[in-house]
Amino acid sequence: MTHSNNATRTRRELLIQLCKMLKEDTIEEQIDRIPLNMRPKDNQSIRCCVHKDRAVLKYKIMALLGFNIDDETDELTSLHEYLHLAKERKKLTPKVMTVVDEACSSCQQGSYNVSNMCQGCEARPCAVNCPKDAIHFVKGQAEIDHENCVNCGKCLQECPFHAIIYRPVPCEESCPVKAISKDEQGIEHIDYDKCIFCGKCMAACPYGAIMEKSHIVEIFQAWKSEKKLIALVAPSIAAQFRQSVPKIYNAIKKMGFSDVIEVAEGAEMTIKHETEEWSERMHSGCQLMTTSCCHAYTELVKKHISDLEEKVSETPTPMVYAGKMAKERYPNAVTIFIGPCTAKRHEAFFVEDIDYVLSFEELGALLVANNIEVEKMDEEINIKYAKIDAQFFAESGGVSKAIKNKAGNSINEEIINGINKASIRQLKQIAKGKTESNFIEVMSCEGGCLGGVNSLIKGKQAINVFQKNMNDIVS
Amino acid sequence: MTEEIKYKVKICTGTLCHVMGGAELPALEDHLPENLKSKVIVKGMVCENYCNETDLKPPFVLINEELMQEASIEKIIQFIQNCE
Repeated sequence: MTHSNNATRTRRELLIQLCKMLKEDTIEEQIDRIPLNMRPKDNQSIRCCVHKDRAVLKYKIMALLGFNIDDETDELTSLHEYLHLAKERKKLTPKVMTVVDEACSSCQQGSYNVSNMCQGCEARPCAVNCPKDAIHFVKGQAEIDHENCVNCGKCLQECPFHAIIYRPVPCEESCPVKAISKDEQGIEHIDYDKCIFCGKCMAACPYGAIMEKSHIVEIFQAWKSEKKLIALVAPSIAAQFRQSVPKIYNAIKKMGFSDVIEVAEGAEMTIKHETEEWSERMHSGCQLMTTSCCHAYTELVKKHISDLEEKVSETPTPMVYAGKMAKERYPNAVTIFIGPCTAKRHEAFFVEDIDYVLSFEELGALLVANNIEVEKMDEEINIKYAKIDAQFFAESGGVSKAIKNKAGNSINEEIINGINKASIRQLKQIAKGKTESNFIEVMSCEGGCLGGVNSLIKGKQAINVFQKNMNDIVS
Repeated sequence: MTEEIKYKVKICTGTLCHVMGGAELPALEDHLPENLKSKVIVKGMVCENYCNETDLKPPFVLINEELMQEASIEKIIQFIQNCE
């Protein structure tokens, strides 16, 4: 399966243009022209007309400037004005994602529908098996009465002609915790009291209407200051470029980062303390401990599975440790976490030692804006790589393996590879003590951080690229 | 007996192409239909600056010597099928 689509491309194109303009200092004059240049008059429009397309782009840019679309008070506010507001902004907010209402197509509520494949057969198992008696036949064709339909899907399973189709609302369907829903106009809104910041809705929306609020304006401001910039790179970075790890780190340095610190170095600390914590808990009679490194998971527990809260490890995440190391080594520096994760942006807001977050997508856009070809970077680098067990925090199963290597075989692990409705049910059972295991590893993205929402390479390929780079690091 | 390689697909490995979707194109090898499997070879190529020197859009791919813009796995397969 491939992951590129036009919504992703549009977002990346916008990011690249913004980064270029910020880099070349032409943004003041050009920012309001981006929507016009990207959707010129003679071009075919994606929506109803070119003006709608441009409005969508404007608000996507507003999100990339770091704003909540809901915060708009005057529709006449230009991007130029938003840029100034962004530059003057002192504080970020923990609402790291925003719905671009202009882009949201207010997809019709998910429902079952009868297509023209219906043969009006004699058996009519759809109607017979409908528990709410919501299917009737009009002119020999089945019709669903949506007032009474409860979306159980029985008719779809029963129809021998596959005439019943289900049309989902992709963002709502992808959300594991029902945190996104429609207002009276059909526009989606995120309920931040429920949201675990996993980013699945962002990846699912075919209109690219859910956006992360970028920190790029802040990062360019920091670049212009006297301060040093320190990149804290998540281990999954090794899967992003099909280039060697030293080349990637050198590319980041070439952009103007004073140093690259591996978050895996922080993971070494997490491994040490989490192993000790596990042993202590088991000694004091506890039966079970779960990991705490995935922020979407810890948010899930906090907001939706409170019974599990006391089982979650209190050991800080690798990012927290790495941030601390960075501020110790470079006390006045600006620290920027670089990773594939939307939830880390939320976590970072509460971590004093992390100033900003860059997604891998944004990192890619920055490299393009700086005319840096990763391939042409130097293979030599002065760095002591973090231990391999810590690097494998990027992969589902990697945390368990690291802890097991340290604690020994008394660890009996269970791995939750991806948060979804089914695995949440499983976790609720685990909270009730229904498990044979004494160590539960949970990662929100399938495959672990290698499957992170903001990755440039995903799936099987990401695993291959990662493995190759890890082999090179070890040798 | 191995069939002769008929199609050389070269994927631009430049940063821009990579970010704009080229990152996924090497998976082409796994998506080739049976009839093409032994006829196609997939390689990387150093950025030839098509992004700056033409009005075309990334990611770029050369199939034999033919340039394709906004390449996707599906588009590449379609192109080769049409040549068959």
